[in-house]
Amino acid sequence: MHKSVHDYLADFDDIPGTRVYTTKRARQGYWLNQFAMSLMTEENRQKWKADEKAYLDGWKMTDEQKEAVLARDYNRMLDLGGNIYYLAKIFSTDGLSFVQAVSTMTGMSVEDYKAMMDAGGRSPDGVRSIKGGN
Amino acid sequence: MARITAGVATSHVPLLGVGIDQGKMEDPYFKPIYAGYEWSKKWITDEKPDVIILVYNDHASAFDMNLIPTFAIGCADEFAPADEGWGPRPVPNVKNHADMAWHIAQSLILDEFDMTIINKMDVDHGLTVPLSLMYGQPDEWPVKVIPLAVNVVTYPPPSGNRCWMLGEAIARAVESFEEDLNVQIWGTGGMSHQLQGPRAGLINAEWDQKFLDDMTADPERLRHIPHIEYLRETGSEGIEMVMWLIMRGALGDNIKELHRHFHVPASNTAVGHLVLEKTS
Repeated sequence: MHKSVHDYLADFDDIPGTRVYTTKRARQGYWLNQFAMSLMTEENRQKWKADEKAYLDGWKMTDEQKEAVLARDYNRMLDLGGNIYYLAKIFSTDGLSFVQAVSTMTGMSVEDYKAMMDAGGRSPDGVRSIKGGN
Repeated sequence: MARITAGVATSHVPLLGVGIDQGKMEDPYFKPIYAGYEWSKKWITDEKPDVIILVYNDHASAFDMNLIPTFAIGCADEFAPADEGWGPRPVPNVKNHADMAWHIAQSLILDEFDMTIINKMDVDHGLTVPLSLMYGQPDEWPVKVIPLAVNVVTYPPPSGNRCWMLGEAIARAVESFEEDLNVQIWGTGGMSHQLQGPRAGLINAEWDQKFLDDMTADPERLRHIPHIEYLRETGSEGIEMVMWLIMRGALGDNIKELHRHFHVPASNTAVGHLVLEKTS
């Protein structure tokens, strides 16, 4: 039943279009995620909105992470260790819903993404496994 | 003695809280979703549970990257709704049955589940949306709530089997509490959804329906679904369904499905809901 942690983790890289939030990503994204958490108070949201760049200077994030945040490039933020529930604080502060923010990661317009969801969502067929091609 | 009488499973999509808070229950998008809870709202009014053990996950609200407890139990008298980036939900504070929560915490630890005990915490949509779906908009929640938070955000989350066993241990803990209480256990989150990356929007209604079926027909299968299957088949956030297995493990062998609801979509998510009665 229990498999080695190496085998357990290796499977995650075989899922198309998905970054599983592993401990490695958690470590890489520590400050990015903590910055995002800080937007849970109105006081910090006001400071952030007043000057985003200055606000980010208060956090020990990499330049790449800061650029990804300023560009609202959520796929890039995920690549740099962000987790969606933390990053949700950024798009919520922007006044975006989950659907609006999540659609930006799919290469689809919000309208097309919403239409896909209303029609039953994205089928798992073909996106279960890279190796399996199913 | 306290006794677990029933279990409830439900998704906890934040949008379903927004719809209730903003009075959009009759909106064509929301109406078919909330319609599936009408039976349950009547049922719970008749059942009048004294305490709900509410299994949910915190979505980077009370727990940040500094503290990632696998299983945490809230033991304070009261918990306020969290500000998740758009201000706290306009819902009542959640009142705990703190004596029972502490009893469960110590019983679980003696039963070899090494719980994290938490006092000061705000509770996010994972906990408050299920209450709104089942109770609507009361001035005060008419029930005491023991929050039980599970890490399903940072991998690895607990296995389905471990969740099941925790449920069994919770049932033993409840049965040894001397007060005469009608206790329900709720498992929340799911069903299929993926909120990140190019594969976002994944829904697997067929897999979800089989999961709903097997909560009664073949729960043994559900115990042993590996994380990778949840990830591949139900999207990166479908893993929340392991929390349903804590509820299911607590109910024991003899149960009856009283009510079921399934709807796609709410926001990015497949909504699933079950009411299960313990028959002996």
